[in-house]
Amino acid sequence: MILKLAWRNIWRNRRRTAVILTAIVIGLWAMVFLSALMRGIADRMVKNAISTMTGHIKIYHAGYRNDPVIENRIENPGEIKNILQSLPAVRQFTSRIRVNAVAANARHSGGVTLVGIHPGREAGISFTGDAVTEGEYLKDEESQGILVGRALLEKYETRIGHKLVLMSRDASGEIASRAFRIRGIYDAELESTERQFVFVNLAAAQEMLGVNGDVTEFSLLIDDYEEAAAVAASVGRRFDGDDLAVYSWKELLPLVVAVLKMYDGFILFWFAAVFIAIAFGLVNTILMAVFERIREFGLMRALGMKPSFVVAEVSAESFFLLFIGTVAGNLLGAASVAALSQRGIDLSAFAKGIEFAGMSRIIFPVLELGDILTADAAVLVLGMAVGLYPAIRAARFSPVEAMVHM
Amino acid sequence: MTIVECRNVKKIYRQGEVSVTALDGVDLSIVKGDFMALAGPSGSGKTTLLNMIGGLDSPDGGSILLNGQALEKMKPSQLADMRLHQVGFVFQSYNLIPVLSAVENVEFVMLLQGMPLQERRRKALAILDDVGLAGKYGRRPAELSGGQQQRVAVARAIVGAPAIVLADEPTANLDSASGKDLLKLMQEMNESKKVTFIFSTHDKMVMEYARRLTLIRDGRIVEDRRK
Ligand SMILES: Nc1ncnc2c1ncn2[C@@H]1O[C@H](COP(=O)(O)OP(=O)(O)O)[C@@H](O)[C@H]1O
Ligand SMILES: [Mg+2]
Repeated sequence: MILKLAWRNIWRNRRRTAVILTAIVIGLWAMVFLSALMRGIADRMVKNAISTMTGHIKIYHAGYRNDPVIENRIENPGEIKNILQSLPAVRQFTSRIRVNAVAANARHSGGVTLVGIHPGREAGISFTGDAVTEGEYLKDEESQGILVGRALLEKYETRIGHKLVLMSRDASGEIASRAFRIRGIYDAELESTERQFVFVNLAAAQEMLGVNGDVTEFSLLIDDYEEAAAVAASVGRRFDGDDLAVYSWKELLPLVVAVLKMYDGFILFWFAAVFIAIAFGLVNTILMAVFERIREFGLMRALGMKPSFVVAEVSAESFFLLFIGTVAGNLLGAASVAALSQRGIDLSAFAKGIEFAGMSRIIFPVLELGDILTADAAVLVLGMAVGLYPAIRAARFSPVEAMVHM
Repeated sequence: MTIVECRNVKKIYRQGEVSVTALDGVDLSIVKGDFMALAGPSGSGKTTLLNMIGGLDSPDGGSILLNGQALEKMKPSQLADMRLHQVGFVFQSYNLIPVLSAVENVEFVMLLQGMPLQERRRKALAILDDVGLAGKYGRRPAELSGGQQQRVAVARAIVGAPAIVLADEPTANLDSASGKDLLKLMQEMNESKKVTFIFSTHDKMVMEYARRLTLIRDGRIVEDRRK
């Protein structure tokens, strides 16, 4: 009966109910959609960072991370390769040489990161595999070819087939240089990536730097990147005593981790802001409804209804409004996310500005159950809590006062 | 058997500097089966007295016993319980809960009394038949005439088998034909179901129906006679 009363009462003033429901729906939608957008941005940022030569786990020479020079290289890659192949947790891996270098042509010169790769293995691990948009990807056997980013190509005012000379310090401390021919051009999510990385065959890099067969890093993919820290620790135990260091992406990308934390904070802050707006609207609406019905509450009290029943009745009205609004807001939010999850939101127009923050040009919103549940719980539970205020006000009217009030 | 016993009941309303003596020492006893009109001009204290008897308000002096229990000693929750089980109310207007149908309004009190659904539905339908509203069970108050609404109120007041029904100017908002019908109905319920009624009025025609006529003026009972 209380539910029946509450349900009918909320539909007495349809306009007011429509207004508050709209407010709750928009609020919920804003919570769900914006958090999905933030998660989408964060997700892309993480995947981007991982696919930009990081991987889920990396193995370096112990000194390489502090001083990434060719002297701090891994001199027994064959053994490591055998061990990695025997570890079921490791899905894929590749080895690289990665050093700072100077790239020069007739027009320009500047700093780049020279990356020597196994073209075949690399393709499945970093972004390089499907990033070549002009020319072709490196072949396993060739030693002349080099892959450059589109932004670098434009900066050097060069094109496919032209030469690019790379210079770097070799294993003996001398300056080594070697001419490559531009084989392909890649597009990356971030322009800074396009300007930074140039790719050659691992064997060509080893030859140039005089490090017969050695590499500077292994990059690993595992099944669930959230598990990276645990897997990194167990991989690390396999190499105890070797002069190696194993890192998870969280250790390698502290900035990304910090940004993720910031996003969590921002989402909570956003939820709080939206909830406060909803709470004010709800309390206001229910209070109005209560004050319009003082006489009715007086009548019910006169007939012997307990104050707790009045509280329950008014709270049930809050609950219906919150529940309908929450369900509809969730559906609308999920529908908006679904509508955008295929094509994403293209931010290319602002690409220069947002790149600064390490964001992608296209955002795909990602629904996270945890966020939705947090938003729903906040609105339902806290909403019921603030709804107690008008409910208690309603229960306080004494029968006579209320009956006099006409 | 005495149902209500008022002894020297006083009520003084204070509003800032001004104080109004609404009841000035009322002595009254009501016995089972009474069909009593509390008559007096507007402002004489009728509503105040009925509210005291019904436990909606408490006196500033004197004592009221309802079924032998002193109301002025009860806590608000006990008063609410007492109203629920011992008193039926019919007010002048706004008697019904607008979002409930006629039968649901009648059931409301039995629901609060904790009666099972089927029993209260059966009783509510039967009493609506008794008050002449057969077939109008599902109507909301807004879909009933004023007289019909008061009949639903009477049905609700008597269905829980209270010790007494207090009706404060139940006919004041009705045309005279509907008013007469309502009084006849109350009379019938008094005779057939032995329901004890007190109804207040300032209308001569209404007083005609009473078997006991109690006149109140300036908060004092000035005449009390049985016909
Ligand atoms: N809540 C109140 N506050 C102040 N004065 C009141 C209040 N209720 C009633 N009175 C006064 O008490 C007197 C009796 O009122 P009431 O019992 O309503 O009379 P009746 O029902 O016979 O018209 C009147 O003078 C009225 O003005
Ligand atoms: Mg009155």
